[in-house]
Amino acid sequence: MSILINKNTRVVTQGITGKTGQFHTQTSRAYANGKHCYVAGVNPKKAGENFEGIPIFGSVKEAKAQTGVNTSVIYVPPPFAAAAIWEAVEADLDLVICITEGIPVRDMVVLRDRMRTEKRRSLLVGPNCPGVITPGEIKIGIMPGHIHKKGRVGVVSRSGTLTYEAVGQLTELGIGQSTAVGIGGDPVNGVKHIDILKLFNDDPGTDAVIMIGEIGGSDEETAAQWVKGNMKKPVVGFIAGVTAPPGKRMGHAGAIISGGKGTAQEKLSVMESCGIRVTKNPAEMGRLLKSALR
Amino acid sequence: MKIHEYQGKELFRKFGVVTPRGFACFSVEEALEAAKKLGGSVWVVKAQIHAGGRGKGGGVKVAKSLDEVRAKAKQILGMQLVTHQTGPGGQKVRRLLVEEGADIKKELYIGMVVDRVTQRAALMASSEGGMDIEEVAAHTPEKIHKVFIDPATGLSEAQAEEVSRKIGVPGAALKESARLLQALYRCFDETDASLAEINPLIITRQDKVVALDAKLNFDDNALFRHPDIVAMRDLDEEDPLEIEASKYDLNYISLDGAIGCMVNGAGLAMATMDTIKLFGGSPANFLDVGGGATAEKVTAAFKIMLSNPKVKAILVNIFGGIMKCDTIAAGVVAAAREVKLSVPLVVRMKGTNEDLGKKILKDSGLPIISADNMADAAKKIVAAIAKKKKPKKKPKKKIVARKKK
Repeated sequence: MSILINKNTRVVTQGITGKTGQFHTQTSRAYANGKHCYVAGVNPKKAGENFEGIPIFGSVKEAKAQTGVNTSVIYVPPPFAAAAIWEAVEADLDLVICITEGIPVRDMVVLRDRMRTEKRRSLLVGPNCPGVITPGEIKIGIMPGHIHKKGRVGVVSRSGTLTYEAVGQLTELGIGQSTAVGIGGDPVNGVKHIDILKLFNDDPGTDAVIMIGEIGGSDEETAAQWVKGNMKKPVVGFIAGVTAPPGKRMGHAGAIISGGKGTAQEKLSVMESCGIRVTKNPAEMGRLLKSALR
Repeated sequence: MKIHEYQGKELFRKFGVVTPRGFACFSVEEALEAAKKLGGSVWVVKAQIHAGGRGKGGGVKVAKSLDEVRAKAKQILGMQLVTHQTGPGGQKVRRLLVEEGADIKKELYIGMVVDRVTQRAALMASSEGGMDIEEVAAHTPEKIHKVFIDPATGLSEAQAEEVSRKIGVPGAALKESARLLQALYRCFDETDASLAEINPLIITRQDKVVALDAKLNFDDNALFRHPDIVAMRDLDEEDPLEIEASKYDLNYISLDGAIGCMVNGAGLAMATMDTIKLFGGSPANFLDVGGGATAEKVTAAFKIMLSNPKVKAILVNIFGGIMKCDTIAAGVVAAAREVKLSVPLVVRMKGTNEDLGKKILKDSGLPIISADNMADAAKKIVAAIAKKKKPKKKPKKKIVARKKK
């Protein structure tokens, strides 16, 4: 079992004809069941053509009508990415995964507001995220597939390579993953830690979760409070940015300590007080989880 | 991106946010000219640097005659202004803002940011103007009033009036205050600002509402649609190493420690810094090389790290996914040769083509220390610095010579 995606997921790639879209469509398609999962692409100017046999449609709506896709992955450049997300939401897909980095915050504010006021049911993962993978079944995004191993540990993180780090450690210890989700490093995004933890909690295929956060905002604290009262499975955690100075944006637009809020120390303390075992040594994430499994 | 107060006020005026009259000046003569043009009998001479806390640092002075304007301008222009935000070295003052004096009855605080929880712009207002707002938030949070703004409709007149009343704007000035707040929101929204702050917003004895200060930061991701704002960028206010790094699409931030770090990915870069600290070292920088690190990019990264005189060692931590370890290894070797690296270098590589990458490092003949994981890398680099401190000979050359045989 898994969350969000599995071998029966059918994916449309928005931005399939760009360099990034092409490359990651190729590698994702080559992973596990990818050949059956990647069934459509979108580019209004190239409708009717195909990318290595994957038919290209003029719109997401059309791709859905023709192929039955339920999930979209977006590689569209930042100025047009919010509109691309909206197109997928309007087509009423189950899941929209936006990889694009560098979308203006205002575009996301307008988009998220519209999703709420129109009560749209599509789940948005990202933007500025590595994507989602259910090892052995399907990979949607830019993560290296080969470091993953099919199994029963869930991973959720705001950062890309730090997710790979956690997954790599688990795999080395012989521990497989049910699903690994990168929720992205932007201040205004779709699903948050708490949403993914709820899904893992309900997934019979997941036994424990690694939750990785970073400085900025209060999503980790909110998730920790929820874990305290509701989570039936062990959760271990790490927060990046103990050494980050206040007021400096550490790469991700969302990773900034402002007004003395959102420090790593504060997050770690709240997580610990809510029963989440934390480590300050990112090289120990895998081992910490292993010890929590018993 | 940050801009100066005088530039912020120019933008404010465009949107209808009332400010005092004033002129930006680059010399004492210009300051004097500005005061004459403004007329009146009281002027304020304000240092223009991006950091906050200018008043406390001695960068804002009131002048009551033209002679005083000249004296204050002379005093402030060219000074190294030290505030709690500049660091101990301070920031050189190259520009001034000379403004007409204001007749202050009341000082208020107004701020605007995007709130992550509600995913909307939040207006924060307080009766405690002129103070450090973080202090107010910490000690008397009930004095900060928040309004979350609907992006579809904007800040309504009723909302703006209500919050104005709450922070003590007198009845005669309510309409004007509401108009100013609405204008501020339009400015924030239409310029893609990430922060707008007026501290203080004043009520004059004549019940006029005026923005005495202006702080605007902008969303870097939206600058592509604001060439007019990009033109306001002042490179003198930015770290030259950070500017150099941005040319190569490297994300670099200077810190105070001794260990230069080069990592792919922002989260992993922060985690690497944390690990160094955990094992007793201190990071000299944050550096994310991003997804496609070419030899050229790695060389640039090395040069930037090494131009910081505090750097005593370099740690490279790469999790190869799309980016292959052998590509990175070749880049690291080329960079180490080109810069004639003389400080210890520890490399930790993981992921795609890991073994190939390690072999390239080993075969290079360079004294590169290889590490298996992040903790191992941190331990090794801390040890390498400790070892280097003791014998002042040249241990590096010996190793190279031995390897050549």
